Amino acid sequence: MNENTIRSEFPILSRTVYGKALVYLDSAATTQRPRSVVEMFSRLSLENNANIHRSVHRLATEATEEFESARDRVRVFINAPSREEVIFTSGTTGAINLVASSFCERYLKEGDEVLVSEAEHHSNIVPWQLACGRKKAVVKPLRITEFGDLDIDDLKKSISQKTKVVAINLISNILGIKNPVTEIVRICHEKGVPVLIDAAQAPLHEKIDVQQIDCDFLAFSGHKVFSVPGVGVLYGKRKWLDEMPPFLGGGEMIETVRFSGTTFAPLPEKFEAGTQNITGIPTLIPALELAERLRDDRETEERMEAIRDYMMERLLGDERVILYGVPRRTEDKIPLFSFSVKGAHHEDLALILDKMGIAVRSGQMCAEPLMDRLGVSGMVRASFAPYNTLSEAEYFISSLDKAIKMLI
Amino acid sequence: MNTLEEAKKAVIEDFSMYDEWLDKYEYLIELGRSLEPFPEEKKTEDRLIKGCQSRVWLEGEVSDGFLRFTADSDAIITKGIISLLISVYSGRTPSEIAADDFSFIEEIGLKENLSPTRANGLASMVETIKRIARENV
Repeated sequence: MNENTIRSEFPILSRTVYGKALVYLDSAATTQRPRSVVEMFSRLSLENNANIHRSVHRLATEATEEFESARDRVRVFINAPSREEVIFTSGTTGAINLVASSFCERYLKEGDEVLVSEAEHHSNIVPWQLACGRKKAVVKPLRITEFGDLDIDDLKKSISQKTKVVAINLISNILGIKNPVTEIVRICHEKGVPVLIDAAQAPLHEKIDVQQIDCDFLAFSGHKVFSVPGVGVLYGKRKWLDEMPPFLGGGEMIETVRFSGTTFAPLPEKFEAGTQNITGIPTLIPALELAERLRDDRETEERMEAIRDYMMERLLGDERVILYGVPRRTEDKIPLFSFSVKGAHHEDLALILDKMGIAVRSGQMCAEPLMDRLGVSGMVRASFAPYNTLSEAEYFISSLDKAIKMLI
Repeated sequence: MNTLEEAKKAVIEDFSMYDEWLDKYEYLIELGRSLEPFPEEKKTEDRLIKGCQSRVWLEGEVSDGFLRFTADSDAIITKGIISLLISVYSGRTPSEIAADDFSFIEEIGLKENLSPTRANGLASMVETIKRIARENV
């Protein structure tokens, strides 16, 4: 698809900031929204708003159909075996908290271990720490290699009888490197250990097939794949979800409620307490449709590769810049680039780039353990989506050069 | 030495010379670079200003009835901002600083052109200067 055709779907991309054309390179934080998503959100708000599942009236029936269609759409998107294994949450963080809380409640005991990589987002560390704290269990870090992917040898050495679950990202939000998750899952399963995959950064860049990965859980957020905030997906294998206790109580998740004891609804409602994001969740339908269309589009793929190769070449070729996440194979890298500049503070760089119209992220990016491991106080991150262009990458590189010259 | 009002006016005039924000940053960077060195041993937790993403250390010392500020930051634009504040407020009496409303910062439009974290940082710097002044009145 032609880049202008794609960009015309995203009205925000034609706005200006400080009188300059906006160059949005912060899609790893949140993606911009296409008209199709906004139109659906608007239509549901203005024409189809009703609470789902319970009421018998026409509006409720329509709203329930939209909501449940989204579940079918997600099932196809991740190739889940059944729709009951697709749970809606508030986001990746909400999904991981659900698993950490319910899984650990059911399966962890004192002295047990949860393994997470040292390149995880805080959202894939802290929920496990909270859950382990309640059970007097511990969260242990797994090392990453110099190439930014999980150190498989360290994983093999670290798994023991005490290991109850391994939680790992599909793609790091700092390094932009794809982990060999199928291999990781195979290794863990050989030792009888289930695996949760944090796929927050994946849907734009990578086909997700939970049956091929064979993971036990997988989580991602709608707002990082063209949908809206407050929308998240948890895939879980039925054998775990059936045995895990509910996470939150109330609303849709019950079967019968008595003061003598309450029984719970079957999957997926068992894990969907309270009124769901009934307006946001159906926007996954147009959002995932667009994500798939772009992912399968040859021209878009070639453009993303061209951006990646250009950025890698220019950042690696600049002696002032330290790029984090240099893969052993180029195809393991998504167009996401975190770097620091010798002698220049990441915040100064981001502030100057902002005034040139460029939106980038700076700071620790919710990954303090990784910052400590790499020995930096923060970084600048430029992350690209299919609506970005090579000329934006070129503008970024020339602007970065100017910013560095101002600062050092 | 010029009065507090004169010092503020000079800063406002300096800032208004630049139309482009990048030029204003150049000016702040220059101010940051010209700030007198801050001893490493003074970069302690108690001198660190809370609420900034970049680190800012500030110290105020009274001599002969006048409050003198020294500061440093690991980020140069932030250092320029604290340098600007010092250029206006250092060498005044604590009571004069404590009585000031710091509204000239709004006039130069600095706050709204910083990222929210930096705007908070600027507010924290101002609060710290006021607090030190009040403590020494």
